[in-house]
Amino acid sequence: MTKTLIIDGKTVEVDDDLTLLQACEQAGAEIPRFCYHERLSIAGNCRMCLVEVVGAPKPVASCAMGVCDLPPNRDKSPKEIRTTSELVSKAREGVMEFLLINHPLDCPICDQGGECDLQDQAMAFGYGGSRYGENKRAVEEKNLGPLIKTVMTRCIHCTRCVRFMTEIAGVEELGLAGRGEDAEITTYLQHGIVSEMSANVVDLSPVGALTHRPWAHNARPWELKKTESIDVMDGLGSAIRVDTRGREVMRILPRNNDAVNEEWISDKTRHVCDGLKIQRLDTPYLRVEGKLRPVTWEEALASVSKRLKAADPSNIGAITGDLCAAEEMFALKSLMDRLGVKSLDCRAPVEALDPSLGRASYLFNSMIEGIDGADCILLVGTNPRLEAAVLNARIRSRWCRGGLKVGLIGEPVELTYPYADLGRGPLELAQVARGDHPFMETLRQATAPMVIVGAGAFTRVDGQAVLGLCAQIARQAVEGSMPGWNAFNVLHAVAGRVAGLDLGFVPGEGGFDTSMMLAKADSGELEVLYLLGVDEVAGNTGGDTFVIYQGSHGDRGVHWADVVLPGAAYTEKSAIYVNTEGRVQMTARAVYPPGDAKEDWKIIRALSEILEHTLPFDMLQELRTEMFKAVPHLANIDDVAVPERQDLDDLASLAGSCNDKAFVCGVRDFYLTNPIARASSVMAQMSEFNQAMNRKSAPVAAE
Amino acid sequence: MPDILRRGASWFSALGKPNNTGTKLFQISGHVEQPCVVEEEMGIPLRELIEKHAGGVRGGWNNLLTVIPGGSSVACLPTDVLGEITMDFDALAAQKSGLGTAAVIVMDKSTDIVRAIARISYFYKHESCGQCTPCREGTGWMWRVLERMAKGRAQKSEIDLLLQVSKQVEGHTICALGDAAAWPVQGLIRNFRHVIEERIDSYQARYSFDEVEKDLSEMVEAAQ
Repeated sequence: MTKTLIIDGKTVEVDDDLTLLQACEQAGAEIPRFCYHERLSIAGNCRMCLVEVVGAPKPVASCAMGVCDLPPNRDKSPKEIRTTSELVSKAREGVMEFLLINHPLDCPICDQGGECDLQDQAMAFGYGGSRYGENKRAVEEKNLGPLIKTVMTRCIHCTRCVRFMTEIAGVEELGLAGRGEDAEITTYLQHGIVSEMSANVVDLSPVGALTHRPWAHNARPWELKKTESIDVMDGLGSAIRVDTRGREVMRILPRNNDAVNEEWISDKTRHVCDGLKIQRLDTPYLRVEGKLRPVTWEEALASVSKRLKAADPSNIGAITGDLCAAEEMFALKSLMDRLGVKSLDCRAPVEALDPSLGRASYLFNSMIEGIDGADCILLVGTNPRLEAAVLNARIRSRWCRGGLKVGLIGEPVELTYPYADLGRGPLELAQVARGDHPFMETLRQATAPMVIVGAGAFTRVDGQAVLGLCAQIARQAVEGSMPGWNAFNVLHAVAGRVAGLDLGFVPGEGGFDTSMMLAKADSGELEVLYLLGVDEVAGNTGGDTFVIYQGSHGDRGVHWADVVLPGAAYTEKSAIYVNTEGRVQMTARAVYPPGDAKEDWKIIRALSEILEHTLPFDMLQELRTEMFKAVPHLANIDDVAVPERQDLDDLASLAGSCNDKAFVCGVRDFYLTNPIARASSVMAQMSEFNQAMNRKSAPVAAE
Repeated sequence: MPDILRRGASWFSALGKPNNTGTKLFQISGHVEQPCVVEEEMGIPLRELIEKHAGGVRGGWNNLLTVIPGGSSVACLPTDVLGEITMDFDALAAQKSGLGTAAVIVMDKSTDIVRAIARISYFYKHESCGQCTPCREGTGWMWRVLERMAKGRAQKSEIDLLLQVSKQVEGHTICALGDAAAWPVQGLIRNFRHVIEERIDSYQARYSFDEVEKDLSEMVEAAQ
């Protein structure tokens, strides 16, 4: 339904389910506001958005007044709204004056300066000076944890943080306590916020009351160069903006992408950037007499090629890690194919994903946006709160709107929304698949059911059988759904997996998979093992296998490597990553890698020349052209490459008997899941803080 | 209530004035001989209400300074209309006041009207919930200025500033507490500006620069 309004003399037709503020913005008017936010509930308490509605006795808060709620004119003429009249500008000046009377004169020392809504709106809509002569009130600082610095004197009580923590993060720890002038935003128990999305309140706060503690007093926003990029801390590929000054990444902020992360990023995504400066590999190393010695590129590549030339191709293996981008995986695969190496794998040990079963067997097929319309979700072996925090918040948003049933088979964890605990492992999963469990009926009756499978379910010896059961459940669940809806969803917790599977970085005929390669490296049967950014497994250094490690950080991989080749992190290269739904996204280079570190694909290209199997590309664009020839859908950046084959018959046929070990979530510590996070001191602090909070809330012996 | 049911709506509407029909419970308090609560017809003249039911103003009618006719939220009435004004919605609204809750607060000439309104504005500052900006910040500001004005420790230009601030609060809040905080202040300035100005003058006279210097030098001498 639309309604006709006259806004600032312009006649417009607007949907009548909009608020007056949105209608005015559609008509091109600029409405200042502090408490209104598109993704939060309406508060209407800052009073900055007041507009004049002709015929109303007093100005109206446009964020709270719906277009359909405007009382109609007696003569049925369209309602007239003025946003630039004398009444409105006096109202704005008045409200701005009130906001500033108790606001401290902190601009020079406040981190928000330069990107502060209060500053901007005071300049645009406020009085020129101050008329207030009394004392200003002061408020004590609150403890909101190691990530959020609070200077509550600056707070203007917009309550965006309270609404965010309650509605989106699902952790009801912030509230407005006290009354009148003495009102303060506080955590009731003053013990810091435990939520993986907590730092988003810093973006929301329009003033410097809540700022980032790790980057306090570090830089001013106008000094920073902003680069739009993609996050790789989890499998979502959240849209981020990397702010840099010179060669240093100063901070990471979210970008809007309604299809993936809306406007939020997890705390890990945001605060991992100090890990980009620590434990960096900036020069090649060679292990001589048990110790790693820095060498030149020539020496390092020479030693690598010597061993590769001497080895039998059937005794060479290559494994890629969680943060690898498509380009370097493609380069490595091209090189290994030329050498006749069949043992390639991008997966973790016993990870049961298989590209030969079709792309739909390893993607989040319903798409992240599909959650917004889901009415029944079955979580299998996953803890989305730790594996994909922003996705979990989206499920919570959906649950808040009502009508969503969630069931979980796996570890009983706190998800911020209630769910039916259906069991611990494959036993109950098989029950659901057979139809012996009432939840199967719930799934069948749903119009948009989703089965979300996490690494805890498929990273095990019987993983394929488990996935097969899930596929069977998904197939049965869609019987009552919208046509074309695929209910089978694999939630990847890492950024590099989907691209690796898309590129076919899996064992060829007679080749070994990751577990076999690691076992053979242990026993010394493997002659050369090429680790591209693999830090989640560890081996021992005493073996005969020649281990080459190429990566950006000195983490576990370096410890058992014989050669270390320094590569670039995700903020230092333009690289293609495919997220868990199959969306192809590209990072951008914000800074250059430190020291002698090079872009990963360049290292492999240089190596290929020394090996006399020169790869046919000299520039990134040429590599991409070759890559797009091999895998065409990687060329469509920002699009989801929907698999042509939507049926899961091959996968479903693998359903079988599983062992009865319970599903264990793959992520043990949210803050330490990859080498960059493990290098970050902020992440270490958060991990410690989180553990302390968990200990506090665990029941004591007397309970 | 049972009477209305028994006698009918038109009987009830016949009481009072057109558009201001029926009865009201008037709570008369303040400087009267017998504070009480009476149910009277709407439109009853104020003088009659006070003299008939509350025993008249303490010290006689001419001792009357002002009356707040509808509870602390509405503006006080100017002294010159008190003799003729009737207690109904329209008449009081025409005087920029209001019938409100019909809590008639009678104040005689012994009242320090500035302190009284300062105390009322303290009430609103205390009761403000703190959600919306104008009330949360504005009630405190108005109270502090009025406290200083009650002592006379202000500038005359601040009277207009206070009036403007009250207009900035009025109408811009989520609930009517903002309006309720603003109206008494506006009533004070509209009707008793001269009292505030006299207070300021006497303070400045007492604490002129020469006087302060004299005080200080006396203090220094005493200390030596």
